[in-house]
Amino acid sequence: MKSAVVLLPGLNRDRDMIAALAKISGEAPVTVWQTDTEIPDVDLIVIPGGFSYGDYLRCGAIAARMPVLRAVAEKAAKGVQVIGVCNGFQILVEAGLLPGALMRNMSLKFVCREVKLQVTNAKTAFTRGYTQNQIIRCPVAHHDGNYFADADTLSRLEGEGQVVFRYAEGTNPNGSLNDIAGIVSKDGNVLGMMPHPENLIEAAHGGSDGRALFESALGLKMAA
Amino acid sequence: MIKARVIVTLKNGVLDPQGKAIEGALGGLGFDGVGSVRQGKVFDVELSSTDAANAEAEIKAMCDKLLANTVIENYSVTLI
Repeated sequence: MKSAVVLLPGLNRDRDMIAALAKISGEAPVTVWQTDTEIPDVDLIVIPGGFSYGDYLRCGAIAARMPVLRAVAEKAAKGVQVIGVCNGFQILVEAGLLPGALMRNMSLKFVCREVKLQVTNAKTAFTRGYTQNQIIRCPVAHHDGNYFADADTLSRLEGEGQVVFRYAEGTNPNGSLNDIAGIVSKDGNVLGMMPHPENLIEAAHGGSDGRALFESALGLKMAA
Repeated sequence: MIKARVIVTLKNGVLDPQGKAIEGALGGLGFDGVGSVRQGKVFDVELSSTDAANAEAEIKAMCDKLLANTVIENYSVTLI
């Protein structure tokens, strides 16, 4: 399975993501730059975390209007899997590939810590390596992860099983509605999440709870 | 040249933790009469257009496409 990582100025988790994908898939991902208008044939496109364009205007707002995001949208429409982590999630909502918005943390503080996530839909292409309602560890590091959507959108997300990760056991670090940590698109092939699964994939990280997400997306792990 | 001022505000019902923090700070300064504070953004945009109707339409398109996130924000445009 081939993967691609989108690069934009100001991202800082790109190296971690590239390393994780290379280790798990056995093949280094191709990288695409913000001005690229085409993305090579891959099975998975990942937008990593960071602070694209210094979070100017709104987190992810400028990045979402770059040519490469149009290319990502075209691929997503064709069913290619897309993952946005942290700033990548913010970029996907700003680009309209996922519903809702990510607002300033309720505490107004940047949070950098480990949280617990509940896998609330283990049937997606990204979570099939987990079991339903499994609790996993995952680090977060963000200032704007407070997920918001209007009541109609929220009930649709909940009703359609599009909420795939929820902060568990009182660990919600940002005040997000319904403890939402990650959602998928209606078609299920676009995932956005604030936590960083790429930072928990091997023993040297102190755990590997994030690994099954990439193994699922890369077709290496179908069911736990 | 036409100048436009865009004001972007959070929609009603969208929580504004920054506004809340400012509200608390004003209270701390002794301003007891503050009911609530909502924080927004102002953009002053200069346009090369000389036609007011065109300018306004263009600014509104800019708001919809970039300046405001209409999931959470409203905007208003004034030509100045």
